Amino acid sequence: MSEIRKKAESAANKPAKYGPDIDFNQYTTEAPDYPEKELEEIDIVNPDTLLNAGVDITGQGRSGSFVQVDRTVIHTSQKEEGIEVLAMRKALEIYPWLKDYVWKAVPVDQDKYTARAELDFQNGYFIRALPGAVSTLPVQACLYLKSNNINQNVHNIVIAEEGSELHIITGCATDSPEIRGLHVGISEFYIKKNAKISFTMIHNWAEKIAVRPRSAIIIEEGGVFLNNYVCLNPVASLQLYPTAYLSGRGAVARFNSILLARPGTHMDVGSRAILSEKDTRCEMIARALSTGGEIISRGLMVGETDGVKGHLECRGMILKGEGRIYAIPELDGRVEGVDLSHEAAVGKIAREEVEYLMARGLTEDEAVATIVRGFMRVDIEGIPDVLKKQIDRAIKLSETSLM
Amino acid sequence: MLLEIENLSVSVEGKELLKDVNLSLDRGETQMLFGENGSGKTSLLMAIMGLGNYRIDSGRIIFKGKDITNLPPYERARMGIGIMFQRPPTIRGLKVRQVLELIQHNGVDPEELASQLNFSQFLDRDLNLGFSGGELKRAELLQLMAQDPDLVLLDEPESGVDLVNISLIGQAIRKLLQKDLHRKREKAGLIITHSGFILDYVEADKGCVLVNKTIWCTGNPHEILEGIRKNGYEGCLTCQR
Repeated sequence: MSEIRKKAESAANKPAKYGPDIDFNQYTTEAPDYPEKELEEIDIVNPDTLLNAGVDITGQGRSGSFVQVDRTVIHTSQKEEGIEVLAMRKALEIYPWLKDYVWKAVPVDQDKYTARAELDFQNGYFIRALPGAVSTLPVQACLYLKSNNINQNVHNIVIAEEGSELHIITGCATDSPEIRGLHVGISEFYIKKNAKISFTMIHNWAEKIAVRPRSAIIIEEGGVFLNNYVCLNPVASLQLYPTAYLSGRGAVARFNSILLARPGTHMDVGSRAILSEKDTRCEMIARALSTGGEIISRGLMVGETDGVKGHLECRGMILKGEGRIYAIPELDGRVEGVDLSHEAAVGKIAREEVEYLMARGLTEDEAVATIVRGFMRVDIEGIPDVLKKQIDRAIKLSETSLM
Repeated sequence: MLLEIENLSVSVEGKELLKDVNLSLDRGETQMLFGENGSGKTSLLMAIMGLGNYRIDSGRIIFKGKDITNLPPYERARMGIGIMFQRPPTIRGLKVRQVLELIQHNGVDPEELASQLNFSQFLDRDLNLGFSGGELKRAELLQLMAQDPDLVLLDEPESGVDLVNISLIGQAIRKLLQKDLHRKREKAGLIITHSGFILDYVEADKGCVLVNKTIWCTGNPHEILEGIRKNGYEGCLTCQR
């Protein structure tokens, strides 16, 4: 038995540090095998649901596509030179060296979910930008739950080789709101010297889905990682806390999260950055909005050497109902000369702002919607316009159901 | 009459702020509102706009012949009342450009308006976020220009504004109030001022003083200001109404 497998087995029942525990026995890993299809021929997914998660099955404006339904990868394609998009199982066959990247950033024995992804490894995506390759259009990756009660376990690896630039949009979606399921997703990102990855993830799950992503990012000298996470639709339980290791001089990481929790939704979402080399920088910006659900918004920055700089900002708004927003910003400076700061605020919508806009002729509902839209707007730089539009679209779609 | 306030009494949480206020304003007319700090000037403007948790205990407000005493602020705004806030709130994520697009109704171009107020570089900033005193006033005026109201309520337009900006702001207010039109002037203004500086830019037709929660007197604005400068607001109390 391999060392990795042994570790996984040892952690098979290890509860996660955060988030409600999930009983695997309530889910099945059995699902039909779906046939591979060309992108435009895919007929077993709901295209509107996917589009709302940023995945366009016409493939327009994308440099590559990946679609996995339940356990099966039904489509992979690549359109730009130097950008590879493969199913993980296939990539592991083609590239023997790839195994050296597996479980290198995320520990396999972190908890029962990482262990699960190893012990019942289904598939996932492998996306790589070759040295110097610059993708102007994003690669889209879709992870889709179709069968009821399914437990989907994916393991993804993303590599930006030296001097490359890669944009990815991942849309996660559910076939119908009635479906119950558990998604476990391991994502390991490797950003080589002077490379850049922007990773935009729009979650479009449903009321009965539990989600446990486990991600880590290793950023080498001069590398940049931009993470945009948007979850505005219902989800039963979501817990994620990706870790960025800024381990090369001048590495940069920026995390933006836009979260909306409706009644019945529990989110425990955060990001962590370990700044261990000189001149590394990190910024975390979170917007948490509750209309009755619970959001725990975490953030941790560790400054391990002098000359590092980090700022964390969390703003929470409880719009209505018995919602809860619990902001936990943490700074851990371990040497002289670190520069870490945070600001956090949790409140309600300000009456004076509503009245201000009403005095300009907006009805109360219009004023509230305008303020909420502004609250959720985060100035995101460094991603293609098409991705900004996808994020704006997701926010706009969520607005209609807020009032 | 454009605006008629009849025997208006206003309170907040049981505390009386205004008592039996009577005030009227015709189309094309500009009236200054004087009064010491805490005399209720801002409360009167807020009550006209329908803002805050002000309770109307008695009296009524008539605008364009319609009783608006119980209308929500947005209906008053849509009827043609606009207000410049003394301390406008910051709205994060809402760009100045977006708010202008939202509130304008005459197809005005935000760029064009902003250039008039030398404010173009602020169009893509969050509304009022980190604005200086003068910038806040310009943002307020810009919104009023987009709204183009028939009655403009200005709460201390010159406060916190440096000498360079005061002329710019004065000119914008003149424009809002159609001061360059004489026979066809339609726009009316009710302006709170402490310093009276704004009188150098905007000719006012009338002035009134709020003392003891009510309009104590109405008259020539320059004479009233002169009287207050000489004798203070205490002087008003000894003055025969």
